Amino acid sequence: MTAARRHVRSIDEVGRERIIKLLALTGHMHEINQRPVPKVPALRGRVVCNLFLEDSTRTRLSFDTAAKRLGADTVAFTGSGSSLSKGESLRDTVETLAAMRLDAIVVRHRSAGAPWQIAQWCEAAIVNAGDGRHAHPTQALLDAYTIGRRTGRGADLSGLRVAIVGDIVNSRVARSTTAIASMLGAEVTHVGPSTLLDPRLDVQRCTDLDQIIGDVDVLYMLRMQNERMDAAPVPPGGEYTRRFGLTPERAANIRTDALLMHPGPINHGTEMTVDPSTMPQSAITDQVSYGVAVRMAVLFDLLGTGEMEEES
Amino acid sequence: MTDAGCGAVVDDIVITGGTLVDQSGSRRGDVRIRDGRIVEVAESLTVGDERVIDAAGLLVTPGFVDLHTHLREPGMPEAETIESGSRAAALGGYTAVVAMPNTDPTQDSVEVVEWVAARGRAAGWCDVYPSGSITIGRAGRELTPIADLAAVGVRLFTDDGSGVQDDAVMRRALEYAGDLDVRLAQHCEVATLTRGAVMHEGHCCSTLGLPGWPALAEELMVHRDIELVRLTGSSVHLLHLSTARSVELVREAKADGLAVTAEATPHHISLTDERLRGFDAVFKVNPPLRTMADIEAVRDGLIDGTIDAIATDHAPHPRHHKERPLEEAPPGMLGLETALGVARASLECSWEHLVGALSWRPAAIAGVADRHGRPFIAGEPANICVIDPDLQWRVDPAALASRSTNTPFIDIDLTGRVRHTVHDGRVVVADGSAVTR
Repeated sequence: MTAARRHVRSIDEVGRERIIKLLALTGHMHEINQRPVPKVPALRGRVVCNLFLEDSTRTRLSFDTAAKRLGADTVAFTGSGSSLSKGESLRDTVETLAAMRLDAIVVRHRSAGAPWQIAQWCEAAIVNAGDGRHAHPTQALLDAYTIGRRTGRGADLSGLRVAIVGDIVNSRVARSTTAIASMLGAEVTHVGPSTLLDPRLDVQRCTDLDQIIGDVDVLYMLRMQNERMDAAPVPPGGEYTRRFGLTPERAANIRTDALLMHPGPINHGTEMTVDPSTMPQSAITDQVSYGVAVRMAVLFDLLGTGEMEEES
Repeated sequence: MTDAGCGAVVDDIVITGGTLVDQSGSRRGDVRIRDGRIVEVAESLTVGDERVIDAAGLLVTPGFVDLHTHLREPGMPEAETIESGSRAAALGGYTAVVAMPNTDPTQDSVEVVEWVAARGRAAGWCDVYPSGSITIGRAGRELTPIADLAAVGVRLFTDDGSGVQDDAVMRRALEYAGDLDVRLAQHCEVATLTRGAVMHEGHCCSTLGLPGWPALAEELMVHRDIELVRLTGSSVHLLHLSTARSVELVREAKADGLAVTAEATPHHISLTDERLRGFDAVFKVNPPLRTMADIEAVRDGLIDGTIDAIATDHAPHPRHHKERPLEEAPPGMLGLETALGVARASLECSWEHLVGALSWRPAAIAGVADRHGRPFIAGEPANICVIDPDLQWRVDPAALASRSTNTPFIDIDLTGRVRHTVHDGRVVVADGSAVTR
């Protein structure tokens, strides 16, 4: 096993071949989730630690559910994020956990790179559940799976036009979802004011949403990451929403066969003033639903032995 | 140091067979040392019962002077002490270091700087010259008692760790210091542009999602201080320059005849921001590691003299402080024991030029040129370094004298190593090892 094989920390590190395998495995996990009793013993006896050092409810619940549906035991470690403030180094925390002989650590941390540091200090497989502004590979996997399933394209997204709109520069979702979409053949454009785009990322950029909104196959709206901002990148008041928000007028311009996506939670009234649940294009609830299946696939890929065992 | 009650340990020494390197060039020569001074220099000296340093095949140079050392005392002895840091300096060939003022308490009063100087004398490894801060508590508002501090020997003043942000305060400081025989040194960083910054703002930083430290934040303050020097007629020393544009600005300022000097660190001429890809906080430093283009510009600046000196910015941090997420880990890396080897491997220039950047040019900036960076002439103080110029070596962090191990140079081939250091006529390093009294 190579180092990269043992972890799921970034899309680039996982690589295209294994991404495609994980997406196929996700389909299998989704079938399990449709059963009356959505549970298999594939990871019975395995221990998964959810180490969430940054606020998270949805992702943590998603991983916890995924582990339990595969029969793994879960332990949770949550904290405010700053090990410095507690006088304990991140290494101290991880070595304490390592002593409990965990099989996998699912980590969310407000600082980029924490999953790489943790991997140096313990033997567990590391799953990155979001590190700072860097990466969120399971979000990217569920986004790719959602797009592939809703469009019937599977893991081949070639030629699809994906617009990611909003706070690109502060978004780990934007980085990872851009990486996976590009890897699977989609054409990704980042949309927003220049203060929220990053000219050094190797993708197309657009500062006028209205120019492209009628052409895109996937409209991916990001949440404004207000907690990661200094020197406010947009003026106060409603200007951001007027330029880049999904208003009813803009929603009317989206193609009927396009997809509307959002990683959640939505800042209603900021990036969206429409109710997405009224839009047939919305794939937002699919994203949440497939999120559990994706995380089951990731945990099984890291901790499972051989093929999926069926319970019956 | 004879005046510290250690007179009995001063050695009578003859350094034989080496090549002398100083301001007047390189030549074969033996050096006789007695009572802390050079007493005789000749192509070949007879040896009596003195201690002999065999320098055959080696370079004999004036001791190095580090303009930029963090000794961490008072305040953080778990990272470094004045004793351990000055011992590391001696092992690196330094006979003098300027101790940065960002201690706890700050070196902003006569009491604190005298305490640091006394600890340096007691350790006896090299001359420890405490700098003073420009503003009280390095808070950027009120000036320290610069004249009182100058009166007890402080020659370099800086708020290093941060720059003086307020334009009016910096202008006042330059005007006030201009009346006195002292020099202000600036850590060039406009703080509003670097909040939370971890690494150079560039391609690598974008892909890693780490908060960026733009080159502009340094260059704006370099530019401001150059213009303040133009206005006030005072002088300024610019610490640890890291960007291509900064070098260009200093080059222009020198061409205009302004009293601007500058230094660069060994890490800024050898390591790029790509080192952060593994998320190891050992490579977090302020200003950050930059691009290959910046490295080349800083190297060019050192070679053409735009940048006067190599300074280490030796910044020890205990292991558990560096084993933190990048945004929490403190910036800084060790440098004293590796400076020569890194500089030699990074710069294509003559030994005279390189030693000048490590010795007599920083000695002049630090205001200690009466004792350090002196030529090999009878009567001069015996602060001397003996170098094996071709020795290839790799760093073992555990073998360093520093109390900390945060060296970024563990996988780099270094060229040239200090074999012996003579401080005030005493052999403090022999055959690469510190000599305990």
